[in-house]
Amino acid sequence: MHRRGVGAGAIAKKKLAETKYKERGNVLAEDQIAQMSKQLETFKTHLEEFASKHKQEIRKSAQFRVQFQDMCATIGVDPLASGKGFWSEMLGVGDFYYELGVQIIEVCLALKHRNGGLITLEELHQRVLKGRGKFAQDVSQDDLTRAIKKLKSLGNGFSMIPVGGTYLVQSVPAELNMDHTVVLQLAEKKGFVTVSEIRSSLTWETERAKHVLEHLLKEGLAWLDTQAAGEPQYWLPALFSELYSRDVSPEEASQLMP
Amino acid sequence: MDRFIWANGLLEINETLVIQQRGVRLYDGDEKAKFDMGTLLLSTHRLLWRDAKNHEYCIAIPLSQIVFFEEQAAGIGKSAKIVVHLHPASANKEPGPYQSSPNNYIKLSFREHGQIEFYRRLTETMTQRRWERVPASQLIQPTNTSQAGRTRAVGIVGIERKLEEKRKETDKNISEAFEDLSKLMEKAKEMVELSKSIANKIKDKQGDITEDETIRFKSYLLSMGIANPVTRETHGSGTHYHLQLAKQLAQILQTPLEERGGMMALTEVYCLVNRARGMELLSPEDLVNACKLFENLKLPLRLRIFDSGVMVVQLQSHNEQEMITSAVDNVSDKGSLTAEELAKLLGISVLLSKERLLLAEKMGNLCRDDSVEGLRFYPNLF
Repeated sequence: MHRRGVGAGAIAKKKLAETKYKERGNVLAEDQIAQMSKQLETFKTHLEEFASKHKQEIRKSAQFRVQFQDMCATIGVDPLASGKGFWSEMLGVGDFYYELGVQIIEVCLALKHRNGGLITLEELHQRVLKGRGKFAQDVSQDDLTRAIKKLKSLGNGFSMIPVGGTYLVQSVPAELNMDHTVVLQLAEKKGFVTVSEIRSSLTWETERAKHVLEHLLKEGLAWLDTQAAGEPQYWLPALFSELYSRDVSPEEASQLMP
Repeated sequence: MDRFIWANGLLEINETLVIQQRGVRLYDGDEKAKFDMGTLLLSTHRLLWRDAKNHEYCIAIPLSQIVFFEEQAAGIGKSAKIVVHLHPASANKEPGPYQSSPNNYIKLSFREHGQIEFYRRLTETMTQRRWERVPASQLIQPTNTSQAGRTRAVGIVGIERKLEEKRKETDKNISEAFEDLSKLMEKAKEMVELSKSIANKIKDKQGDITEDETIRFKSYLLSMGIANPVTRETHGSGTHYHLQLAKQLAQILQTPLEERGGMMALTEVYCLVNRARGMELLSPEDLVNACKLFENLKLPLRLRIFDSGVMVVQLQSHNEQEMITSAVDNVSDKGSLTAEELAKLLGISVLLSKERLLLAEKMGNLCRDDSVEGLRFYPNLF
């Protein structure tokens, strides 16, 4: 099998072979990743299928249930996959809407750090669908609405706000909302803020900014100047004295006095 | 040249023809072989050569035998060639025209051109590796018969084969385990480990198994599983059930509450608890009922309902007296405070801080100055 390679040709050939081997090694490593991703995908499909088909059986064995959940956690599969069924459809009872509720809250919580707990019903719908496995029953926006209404017994923290034909879903109640504090901080320098200022410096959606400002107005923390050039300005009277009174020294003050 | 085996020129079931080229001569190493004028066929699985005159005369080589291949440009009186380097023949290979050969490579000489296109398609086919996708039914037999040849392989080829074998075995394990529920239950422990090892390997190389933050969050919540969730089946349906449930809730919520500054909306609690319970879903009503029992059971948690109707679960250390004391301390420190300023100081929401200040005022510890600039609180010196 050996060729007696000698001279420059043999060296060149050897070098070529070496680089080829190296390339092959890289290809192998990449292959392996691709294959493992594929195995992960298979795992996911199987788990999703089992979650939707064998729910009752899985629940029966305590040990296996823990193991099943463990796998779901590792791969990122949703173990909740009840079908809607007749009774859910007609009466709204059964696990279907409760499960959906859990999935809805989960999506809201996962995105809270980005949207401050405000999400459009469309985006929520999309994300919930993505999180439910291939084998889970399809859900409509109407299903989402029903599921959110079921959460009412958990207090008023989770609500739907009608906005121009669609809904915003609010998952963070004002009691736990830190947005106001952030906006107040932003206003500190000038004494007022506008919607576009909030949008650009905090990269919030318009809806989120408006929501916070309206709350501040309602609470009497902000005043609205609609005649300002450009767009309405939200003034915060609490900041007036700090910003505008210190510029006057005692000497100036006595000069101003008649 | 000894890697070739006799073929009938027909394609297998899953095999498809990619390209063919007339007028190709084969070289064993650098020497002309006895196959001087024929058609070279490339399929998804094999490289075939068929004699131009006698169509029965056909030889083939599986693409998996190819290590790599390179172009060799045409010269004066020389046709363009493709040099194909091959793995050593396996011991139990089917018979072919050559019993042995000193060379580890063959040359395909394109006397009627077409080498550029052929080379391109060959590259494509080699990267697609379609021959690896063997349907499951056919998989078992060929792997067993070729076992003897496989174990002998060394070097890169050996490594490749080992990896390939391992992959196939893993695939087989997964598909067997998920055949039906009883099988999965039997192999559950093994599968849990396998899933973890796959996920970990991918995490090592790519950072995380998924880009989707919702799915990552789901994984995180699920991973805090409860081993023995309190259910109606295990604890009846009456008060006893709710009592046990309350105790379990207190256990699992302690840490998350501490992480979140001592307070969580009940909806968040609902999601967290249900994810930890996995398939043992809890209804919102049961959750509320259990939370109402925190106080009776003297657990360190409380359900709190704000005037706005918002419900939260909070740690008991969040109690009124402490809140008032801290609010008063802060106001005394600064001389005076508004709700917004206190919120910033304590890192809580404006509504909560306002509530605390009002509470302290009610208890007579603070007094207010209500002006156009807003509501400001001072220590009560009266």
